[in-house]
Amino acid sequence: MNADKELDARGLNCPLPILRAKKALAEIGSGQVLKILSTDPGSVKDFQAFAKQTGNELMSSTEAGGEYTFFMKKK
Amino acid sequence: MDDQKKLTIIATKGTLDWAYPPFILASTAAALGYEATIFFTFYGLQCVRKDLSCLKVSPLGNPGMPMKMPFGPKWFRGINWNIPNIIQASIPGYESLATTLMKKTIANNGVASIAELRELCQEAEVKFLACQMTVELFGFEHSDFIDGIEYVGAATYFEYGGEADISLFI
Repeated sequence: MNADKELDARGLNCPLPILRAKKALAEIGSGQVLKILSTDPGSVKDFQAFAKQTGNELMSSTEAGGEYTFFMKKK
Repeated sequence: MDDQKKLTIIATKGTLDWAYPPFILASTAAALGYEATIFFTFYGLQCVRKDLSCLKVSPLGNPGMPMKMPFGPKWFRGINWNIPNIIQASIPGYESLATTLMKKTIANNGVASIAELRELCQEAEVKFLACQMTVELFGFEHSDFIDGIEYVGAATYFEYGGEADISLFI
């Protein structure tokens, strides 16, 4: 999947991945995609909750070797 | 925007550990689109001082707090140093030591510092209110606190709390 911007939130803990993602989304246009890398297991549910409450679309959420990758399309 | 959700928090604690919840919740709420307000009162005022070195953590009388070392091999880090209250109370600088260890643990875990979270709140336009009565009670000056604070009383808190979807007392 292609992303317009990438955010490396690995090693960061709650609530920093969400706050950084919010900031990164502000820097891209509507319909563009942000890729987020995280190592915080809590971020899986948190990005679902973030998407639900902000209207941005969580296109995918995957895990490999303790790393989580999210693709989020800006509203 | 009348349909914007609103959060208010009353922050009453002035220790390093308890400074976290108000700033974490307010910054996250702001990221989710809430209009967030924190009313700092009593010991909570310590969270909005320019100098945050007054924020310490005390394991004394706090059986819920694990005392673990943030360095050394894994087996060493895993030890919970269960030190009796009477010994904690009699060692000079015990709180400062515990605070140093806690700050190291916080950094090791990728958790933001209070200064960083506070800045993130300000960037996200979280409103900071401070209780003027307790500012005077504790002998503080407005110059002890960061800029951008409104000094108000209980009635002003209710102006925000009365409109809020969520209100928390921490």
